Amino acid sequence: MSTTNDSPAVEVLGATMTFNRGRANEVVALDPITLTVNAGELVALIGPSGCGKSTLLRLIANLIEPTAGTVRVNGKAASQARLDGDYGMAFQQAGLFEWRTVTRNIELPLELKGWDRTRRRERASEMLDLVRLGDFADHHPWELSGGMQQRVAIARALSFAPKLLLMDEPFGALDEMTREHMQGELGQIRAKTASSIVFVTHSIPEAVFLANRVVVMSARPGQIAAIIDITLGQRDELTREDPAFFAHVTSVREALRGLPASHGAGVDDR
Amino acid sequence: MKQRAVVVLPPLLCGAAFLALWELFVVTRHIKPFLLPKPSAIWGQFHGNFHLVRSSTRVTGTNALIGLLLGVAAGVVVALAASRFRILRELISPLATSVAAIPIIVLVAIFNNLFSITSEVPRRLMVALVVFFIVFLNVAKGLEQTDPTHVELLHSYGATNADIIRKVRIPNALAYLFVALRQAAPLAVVTAFVSEYFGGTQNGLGARITQSIASSRDAAGWAYVLAACLLGLAFFVLAIAIEHITTPWRARQANEFSSIPTTRR
Repeated sequence: MSTTNDSPAVEVLGATMTFNRGRANEVVALDPITLTVNAGELVALIGPSGCGKSTLLRLIANLIEPTAGTVRVNGKAASQARLDGDYGMAFQQAGLFEWRTVTRNIELPLELKGWDRTRRRERASEMLDLVRLGDFADHHPWELSGGMQQRVAIARALSFAPKLLLMDEPFGALDEMTREHMQGELGQIRAKTASSIVFVTHSIPEAVFLANRVVVMSARPGQIAAIIDITLGQRDELTREDPAFFAHVTSVREALRGLPASHGAGVDDR
Repeated sequence: MKQRAVVVLPPLLCGAAFLALWELFVVTRHIKPFLLPKPSAIWGQFHGNFHLVRSSTRVTGTNALIGLLLGVAAGVVVALAASRFRILRELISPLATSVAAIPIIVLVAIFNNLFSITSEVPRRLMVALVVFFIVFLNVAKGLEQTDPTHVELLHSYGATNADIIRKVRIPNALAYLFVALRQAAPLAVVTAFVSEYFGGTQNGLGARITQSIASSRDAAGWAYVLAACLLGLAFFVLAIAIEHITTPWRARQANEFSSIPTTRR
């Protein structure tokens, strides 16, 4: 799963996004954004509601096309990367298919990519071991807790071994304890799969705990206000009580506070 | 098993008590049989006339079943077509919605004119038509109201529109189909039954009831009513059984939340 070439995981070059262009309800969601995510790096996008962080993620995923500018993933056009299965995606809603068992949920992307049944089964069981849900292979989603459902969603996103993982507030709907647990899990999964991750979040500690770099965005129009390098090294549960951790949390918070007052709303300090 | 007994026993006891009180009331108050026959007399007629009860139940039941199958098939096919062609959806949906407020059963009188006097086709058509609109509305809704996260995920996998229909829209609509079936199955029996009052061959349950009452064989009339109840119940139970077997996640959710299908949890 290592990258075969040296191209960055994501390159966003002067991308803008304007919704309802030329109409009365025109909204500039993103002012020109330029951002590079290096291979193997985890970049967290944080900012107030409406700052366009989810829009930016959807641009990278090629679920929407930029109004101007270019987006490249693994050195290819984003649209090609999408068709090639270069990235996996996870949302705040686990988005599991309730008519499919856990195993068959993980197999879904593989079905679409034309894998045969035996290979699919094999991979799904590897993935279930990775997220430590091996005993739940034949359960249906409604039989799992929120955290377990989110782990299945991550296993599904990783099933076809994409080099890049795009996550839109994946732990946003979980309670605080589960959330911290899942952050630890994600760290371990990342260590095993060596994938690059772009992670949208509302939570400053979450961003600091997970990321190599935190991109602080401001709203209306969405733009990058600051990029903060996180130099914490290997993370574990002790990291959360490390003074260096708090120092980083403070600097991200100050970067968010530095935004004009009306824009600072909507970020929680958890 | 013990729990099941706790659920089943009270309504059974209640029903038995009701029948006993009914019997007692008729006997002690000397109620005339043409006003209200005794349950034991009705059962006697049901049992004694069983071959006739069975053959008329078969006539009405066959009409209901054939109409139901036709209506379900047509409803599913048209809903699929409507989800593909927007113009079709815009043409049919308002009509299908307004049908719920119209006693379309009277159309059977017109169907009767179109076919020979001994034909069962008008009744089957009538059932099919009633079922069609229920199935169409529900399945069209199920094809439309998918979880946006599901659709976005499929796009992220580079899936085609055909993939989205196969992997998201159709499985989602399946749950809605069975909700429709649960409504449509008993209604198919009601429609087949009532259709018999608009003329045609007088060999079904509805016709037998009228004949029996008209010739003062009231207990026999009630025996046919009993058969009609059993037929309706049988259709309903069948629909629920199919739902439990084919969409267990739905049945499970229905038990937990007793709600209309929602894709969001």
